[in-house]
Amino acid sequence: MRDFSYLRASSVDAAREAAALPGAMLLAGGTTLVDLAKCGVAEPETVVDITHLKGLDTIAVDDRGATIGALARMSRVADHADIKSRFPAVSEALWQAASAQLRNMATIGGNLMQRTRCPYFRDPANFPACNKRWPGSGCSAIGGVTRGHAVLGTSEACVATYPGDLAVALVAFDAIVHLGDRQIAVDDFFLLPGSTPEREHAIEPGEMITAIGIPASAAARRSTYLKVRDRQSYEFAAASAAVGIEFEADGRTIRDLRVALGGVATKPWRARAVEEALNGKVLEPEVVRQASLLAVEGAVDRGANHYKIELAPRVVARAILKMGETA
Amino acid sequence: MTVHELRTRPGDAKRGDASDGAVLADQVGGRLSRVDGPAKITGAAKYAVEQQLEGLTHAVLVESTIAAGRVRSIDTAAAKASPGALLVLTPDNILPLRTATDWLGTPPPDVAYCPLARDITFSGQHVAAVVAETFEQAVAAAALVKIAYDEAAAIVDLSDPKAGDGIPVDAMTKEWGEAETAFASAPVRICNAYNTPREYQAPIEPHGLIAKWQGDQLTVWEPSQWLDGMARTYAEWFGVPFENVRLVSPYIGGGFGSKAFAYGYGAVAAVAAKMLGRPVKLAVTRPQTFTAYGGRAATRQTVALGANAEGQIQSIVHRGVNETSVDGMWVEPLGSVTSVMYATPNFSSRQNVVRVNTVVPGALRAPGENPSAFGIESAIDELAYEVGIDPLEIRLRNYAEQDPHAKKPWSTRQLREAFAAGAEAFGWSKRNPRPRSMRDGNQLIGWGVAAGTYPVRRAYGEAVVRILADGSVEVESSSIDMGQGTYTILAQTAAEVVGVPAENVVVKLGDSRYARAGVTGGSRLAGVMTGAVHKAASAALDQLIGLAISDPASPFHALQANTLVVANGRIASPRGNGPEVSIAELLSSVGREHIEAKGDTMPANSTVEDRYKNYTTIAMALPHTEGDYSRHSWCAHFIEVRVDEDFGTVRVSRVVSALDSGRLYNPKLAESQWKGGIIMGIGQALLEEGIVDRRHGRIVNNNLADYLIATNADIPDIEVISVGIPDPHSSVLGGKGVGELGIVGVAPAIANAVFHATGKRVRDLPITLEKLI
Repeated sequence: MRDFSYLRASSVDAAREAAALPGAMLLAGGTTLVDLAKCGVAEPETVVDITHLKGLDTIAVDDRGATIGALARMSRVADHADIKSRFPAVSEALWQAASAQLRNMATIGGNLMQRTRCPYFRDPANFPACNKRWPGSGCSAIGGVTRGHAVLGTSEACVATYPGDLAVALVAFDAIVHLGDRQIAVDDFFLLPGSTPEREHAIEPGEMITAIGIPASAAARRSTYLKVRDRQSYEFAAASAAVGIEFEADGRTIRDLRVALGGVATKPWRARAVEEALNGKVLEPEVVRQASLLAVEGAVDRGANHYKIELAPRVVARAILKMGETA
Repeated sequence: MTVHELRTRPGDAKRGDASDGAVLADQVGGRLSRVDGPAKITGAAKYAVEQQLEGLTHAVLVESTIAAGRVRSIDTAAAKASPGALLVLTPDNILPLRTATDWLGTPPPDVAYCPLARDITFSGQHVAAVVAETFEQAVAAAALVKIAYDEAAAIVDLSDPKAGDGIPVDAMTKEWGEAETAFASAPVRICNAYNTPREYQAPIEPHGLIAKWQGDQLTVWEPSQWLDGMARTYAEWFGVPFENVRLVSPYIGGGFGSKAFAYGYGAVAAVAAKMLGRPVKLAVTRPQTFTAYGGRAATRQTVALGANAEGQIQSIVHRGVNETSVDGMWVEPLGSVTSVMYATPNFSSRQNVVRVNTVVPGALRAPGENPSAFGIESAIDELAYEVGIDPLEIRLRNYAEQDPHAKKPWSTRQLREAFAAGAEAFGWSKRNPRPRSMRDGNQLIGWGVAAGTYPVRRAYGEAVVRILADGSVEVESSSIDMGQGTYTILAQTAAEVVGVPAENVVVKLGDSRYARAGVTGGSRLAGVMTGAVHKAASAALDQLIGLAISDPASPFHALQANTLVVANGRIASPRGNGPEVSIAELLSSVGREHIEAKGDTMPANSTVEDRYKNYTTIAMALPHTEGDYSRHSWCAHFIEVRVDEDFGTVRVSRVVSALDSGRLYNPKLAESQWKGGIIMGIGQALLEEGIVDRRHGRIVNNNLADYLIATNADIPDIEVISVGIPDPHSSVLGGKGVGELGIVGVAPAIANAVFHATGKRVRDLPITLEKLI
């Protein structure tokens, strides 16, 4: 770990100003930053501590939706009664993420900024080539160990999987990222790698996440997050799905379906093709299974991650059918 | 005997522990809780590298980033100029060391030893090291060491086309009858390949040490499964007498075979301390724990079983291969379970080792027996389906009534009892034999069984027992406690022999200045050390009683008794006539500060050299087939899995294991160790695999987020049942091995259950979801 300056921001504006300096990084829960600094990926010159800023950890829920402060801890949001009742997929995604210790430390804003677990990204000493770390240097993962890598949204520059769970649920329910006064849809906040994989988020120097807004919806209220993984806890998704359904008055015809995927794409992946195929249809297992195949339209595997293309539609179908059962 | 005739008959065997009733927690066989538990829970237990020393400096390793080739040059200028940097060690400036005797006792070649490499044989090899005033400064400076390489083509693993067939290990060959001919003519033949990947010990306490020199005296604080062996290595590296090296290892946060030897990083730290004249701390990072020493070698086995239509085995032909390093030799004995588990008139097992560009592999819980059982216990399950016989029934039909290889009777083999007790507790008789016949919604349910075994490894031990002025008892040994319970069972042993409450016994371990001890490995320590403490404590008690009877100042002097009894810390005559005094009162009245006795279990005519060899190598260890008997511990695992039919995920939902470790010195701790082994086996079966980047010959999942070990959520309730009886041929107090046994057979039991659930046979560990989807 390289020496760095530590700066304790006195206000949001001061934090934003300090964060605009070259080499500055914000410190919230620290679960990503400290980890990446230890493995030599993050080498901040200045660490701007925002943990003590007042008013950034509130959780407010009303009929219009939820507003979650950037510094709210993952475990607090997961356990919030109104989040659990109105946005069950959000709570479930948080509960299934990381470990209890990490959830108690990590913040919601920091959660959105977490970086990929690509082993090549995380080992600069052994794998200097990484377009995320060093634009134009190449991708060490392509041709290497790719069991965990993405099959959707990849480019020749980067195949790294977006690792998080929360943002998958947020994408499904059209959440908004608050960057102070500027607001941006969470789906637009996360960027595809394309030819610039070093740019992961639509956030500019001097901007800071202050809150996340999730609009209320009937689909969000009847929602779930299904995470399939190699081990039962403390493990990233092999494939996951956030699903919410609003039915017509008959209780069988789908009015508003939301589907997003995790663990298979380079960003939290909204599966609109599945939604469009099923909106207006009566929920039938075989119809759901067929439509779920659309979730991986355009998927490209890199050998060892081929199973994700088989797995992801099954996860989507199971989650939709589970929500159907509760109708 | 068939499955249906198997019945547990509780109460028909005395187990020599608390299950017989009338054994106190304080005594051998009692369920005393871990005496070191409170210190560990409260954080009071100080581990080796937590020592605070004045002037302590910090070393950080620099590792090779290629898997094969040569270091062309090392540029240390920037590192040397980095703030706080004190020393940059490279192959060019490191003090020359001598090669040390290996753990087998092989005399070393007369060549220099350098823990920093110029010739690179694996990725992650130590090339340089930086010492600085603080850890952070050392990390920063280490990043500035620039190494240029001439890279060569690496052999990345066993499947590399360049790897070849390897080197035959003749010592592993076991053959009788005409195995190949008998297999060829057998009515039923199955032949399949079984593979296990690189697996790692992953102890929660990473490796590391603090080294400090005072003149030619070296003190090393280092987690160790073998203080005397490691002290010898350090002494020989530096050419100082064995007595000049002190190893201190009070607690160990898990070893699993990985902490028995002094490794290259230890030499680096000790050299740096000598060169700087200041103590040096070197903490191996978690990623470095994958390359600073070896995990379990990847293995390949072919098991061919020839049988008749009734499932009776007529021939076993077994071929095994394990990887080793380019310049080191590790043999993972793959025919070890294959050759003892089942009766067969014809048998052949041979093994090769293949050199690949890896760190030399090492011991990981039940080395040899663990992968060996995965082969044979999967194969016999396949045979059971082939001939249409219950997997438990076929094991009974082929039950080995004696050691098929050594042709000697078992000292004890409670495996039939293990099958019976396990089957009954599990409800095996309700099993539908057809694969995919049981389900719960999307979950396919499968039941599998497998057996396991581990040989009884024996050596000689030594201990000092003191009875102190306050009546308490002190036990000293340079053996160690890595969580298995040495502190506790030695307290129980001394308490029972001397006749004091266990809470009045203080056990001191983990310092090479104490009475000497051999390796804590191969499940030998408990048997060796309870025997030694029993002997030393008996000698101390004899002295105490002798004093009480014969010392003129003793209150018992007038009694003219020829013996006395000591119980609960108080001395009395056997018939209760005469005085009763506490041990403290007696020692006070006869004016003694303490009584001390040293006991060892070495043969009476042992030389000084024999003793040194016994404690610092394994050359004096007794073969498990020495004399008239073949000695092993045994187990049977019954496991239920749930496999999601869409997702391919496997979760273990029920485990019942019945185990024969002979007499249990402390059933509570033995059960805990067995469960630990079973939990590790669940991880091995479903999760653990060192994944190699084939272009770079490097393990890429070298951390605990990516190298998956089982979490609590992966582990169901585990029921363990002791079926052992005291085995007088295996140890002084009748116990057999505990720690290694539990893991043996777990992976095949799970693979067999997965087949029963899904109809898919997975012969490559781990059983990950893409193999079932």
